[in-house]
Amino acid sequence: MESIIDILQYIVQNLINAAQRGSFYAVISIGYSMVYGVLMLFNFAHGDIFMVGTYIGFGIATLFLAIFAGLLPGPLIFLSTVVVTMFLASWIGVLVEVAGYRPLREAPRASAAITGLMIGIIFETGILILLGAKRLSFPPLMESVTYHIGGVYFTNVKAMIIILSLLLMLALHGFIQKTKWGMAMRAMSYDFLAVPLMGVSINIIAPLTFAVGAGLASVAGILYGQAYPILDPYMGVIIGWKAFVAAILGGRGSIKGAALAGYLLGFIEIFVATIFPSTLRDLIAYSIILVILTFRPRGFFGMEHSTKLRL
Amino acid sequence: MEIARKFKSAFSTVPMLGWMLGILTGVLIEFYWGYDYISYYLGLPKIPVLFGTLIMLKEPMMIPGALGYDLAVYVVPVFLVAKLTSGLTNPLAALLEKLPLALSVLIHLVLFYGILHLWAGINDYRVLVIKLTMISIILTVSINVINGYQGEFSCSHPGFMALGAYVSSIITLVLFANDKIFGAPLLPPEYGPWFFPLALVAGGAAAALGSLAVAIPSFRTRGDYLAIISLAFMFIVKSAVENLHIIGGARGMGGQPDFAPLHVIFIWTILCIWIIHNFVTSIMGKALNTVRDDEAASESMTIKTRKTKMTAFMFGAFWAGVGGGLFAHVLAYINPGMFSINRLAEILAMVYFGGLNSIVGSIVGAVSINVLGEALRPLELFKWIIIPLILIFVMIFRPYGLISFTELNMKKLLRAKTGKGV
Repeated sequence: MESIIDILQYIVQNLINAAQRGSFYAVISIGYSMVYGVLMLFNFAHGDIFMVGTYIGFGIATLFLAIFAGLLPGPLIFLSTVVVTMFLASWIGVLVEVAGYRPLREAPRASAAITGLMIGIIFETGILILLGAKRLSFPPLMESVTYHIGGVYFTNVKAMIIILSLLLMLALHGFIQKTKWGMAMRAMSYDFLAVPLMGVSINIIAPLTFAVGAGLASVAGILYGQAYPILDPYMGVIIGWKAFVAAILGGRGSIKGAALAGYLLGFIEIFVATIFPSTLRDLIAYSIILVILTFRPRGFFGMEHSTKLRL
Repeated sequence: MEIARKFKSAFSTVPMLGWMLGILTGVLIEFYWGYDYISYYLGLPKIPVLFGTLIMLKEPMMIPGALGYDLAVYVVPVFLVAKLTSGLTNPLAALLEKLPLALSVLIHLVLFYGILHLWAGINDYRVLVIKLTMISIILTVSINVINGYQGEFSCSHPGFMALGAYVSSIITLVLFANDKIFGAPLLPPEYGPWFFPLALVAGGAAAALGSLAVAIPSFRTRGDYLAIISLAFMFIVKSAVENLHIIGGARGMGGQPDFAPLHVIFIWTILCIWIIHNFVTSIMGKALNTVRDDEAASESMTIKTRKTKMTAFMFGAFWAGVGGGLFAHVLAYINPGMFSINRLAEILAMVYFGGLNSIVGSIVGAVSINVLGEALRPLELFKWIIIPLILIFVMIFRPYGLISFTELNMKKLLRAKTGKGV
C-alpha cells in the first residue's frame, strides 16, 4: 500500500535525477544553439568536441589530483580543473572553426554538415589511436556524500552538477546580454550580412562562439565524468545527436529554448525509464519529440526565419 | 601536363565498347594466366583481390610485384586493346547507334555484367565487395532523390532500410526457410527465387508507408526541423525493432535464404538507376527541383507541392527499402544496430561526396567510398582518418560534390568516337 507521501518522494527523487540528466543536455545543446545563431550552421562535430573535452578534463583532473591531493580542499581542485579544462577545450572549438568551417562559409550548409560529421569521426579515431580502446574511468574530484532529506536521497555531486550548470547558464546569459562580445554575437545572429559593415569581424566572433560552445561542452564533460565515470571515444555520438535534437526543439538559435528543451529531454527520458521498461526510452522520447514538432514546427522559441534553405 | 594532354587525345577516339573490350581482355588474362604465371613470377602469394592495395599496405616489400601485376594484367592490356581495336569498335558502335537506345544500352549492360561476373568469380571476397557496392549505389541514388533533387536534409534512410530489410526477411523466412522463429517453410523453397522480387517490393512498400511519417510533417516544416523529424523517425524505427522480441529484438535475425546472387543484385541496381533516372527527368522530377528552389513560386506555377513532396519521399524510401532487403539477404543476418547513426553517416558521406542532383555522381560516390574503404582496410584505424580527410577536402574544393547537377546521358556515353568534334 503506497501512500501519497511515498509517491511524492518517488516523484521528487526522479525529478532530481532528471534535472541532473537534463543539465548535461542543456549545457551541451546551448553550444549547438549559439553556433547556429551566429553562423546559421549546425556544428555536427559538437558531440565529439564534448568527448574530447571530457578526455582533456580527465587528463587535467588526473594531473591535479596527483599534484594537489591533500594540499587543497576538494571543491577547489574541482573548480581549478573546470577552469583549466574550459580554457584548453575552447581551443579545440577554435581549431574546428578555423580548419573545418571557415573555408566553407560560402558553401552550401549541407557541405558544412558533412564536414562536421567527418571532423567528429577524425576526433573519435584520433582518441582511439592515441589512447587505445581501453576504457578509462574518470577520477572522482570530490568525496561523495549522500544526503537524506524527507525520504529523498541525493549526493553532493548531483547537487553540484545541477547548481553548476545553472550558474554556467546564468553566466552565459550575462556574457551575451551585457558584454560587447555578446552584443556582437547577438547582432551577428540578427543580421549576418550587415554586421561586418559595422566593423565587427566575423573572423573573430565565429571562433569566439565556437570557443564558448566547446568550453561549455567540456564542462558538461567533466560533470558527466563525475556522474557516469566511464570514458569511451564514442560517448559523444549519441549525446551529440540528442543535444542537436534539444537545440532544434528549443527553436533554432534560441539559447533559452535550447536549455529548456535539454531539461525537457532529460525529464522525458528519466520518467519514461521509470514508468515503462527502460528499453522503450528512445522510442517514447523520440515519439514525443515528433509529436511536438508536428504541432509546433518552429520549436519552442523559434522564429520564422526569412532565410531560405540553401540546398 | 603536355604528356597528359597527348595521352588524353590519343585515347579520345576509343568508344565505350572499346574500353569494355580492353577490360575484358585484362580480366581474361587474369582468369587464365593470373594464378599460374603472372602472380607466381612476380613473387606474389596469390592474385591480388583489389588491385593489390591490400598486399601493398600489408607488406611494403611486395609493392613492385603488386604494381607489376596491375600493369601486366590491367593497365597495359586495357589501353593497348582499347587503342588497337578502335578501328574495329568504332564502326561497331556506330552500328549500335542506329539501333534503338534501349537495345544498345541492354547490349552494353550484358557485356558489362559478363565482365563483372568473370572478374568477381576469382574469389568470394570480390563478389561480396561488388554486392555491397551495388547496394550502396541503390541507397545513394535513392537518397539523392530526397536530399539532392528535393533539397531536404533527410536523415531517415537507415530507418527506411531497416523497414525494408525486416519486412522482406520476415516474408522469405516465413515462406521459404526452415527457421527457429517461424518454423517450417509454408511454400517449397524452390519457388523462393521467383517470389523474392515480391518480398523485396513488399519491403520497399513498407518503407514507403513508413516514409509518410516524415513526408506529412514536411508540408509544414523544412530544413533543420525536418532533419530532426527524420532523425527521430530513424531512432523510433531502430528502437521499435529492438523492442519487438518476436523478430529477434536487439539480438537480430539471421538465416535469410541466399536469394541474392550477383546477377539478381545487378538487375535490381540497374532497375533502380533506370527508374529513378526516368523519375527525376520526368515532369514530376522537374517539379521537385522547383519545389527545392522556391516553394512559393512553384506553388503559384500550379505545382502541387504536397503531392510532389510526398511522392519524392515515398519513392526514395521505396528504393531504400529494396536496398535494405537485398542487404539482409546478402549478409543473411540483420540486427537493429546495423541501421543506426554510423550507417547514416556512411550514406550521407557517399551522396555528398559523389554529388547532389546527379545520378552519375551518386554512383561515383558510392563506388569510390566503398572501394576506398575496402582498399584501405589494412590500415585499420588510420582508414577512418584518411577517408574523412578526403571528404573534407572534396567539400572545400567542390562544395556540391565531385559530379553534381549532371544528368546521365547514355547516348553521349555510348556513341562512336571518331576523334572529330569530341
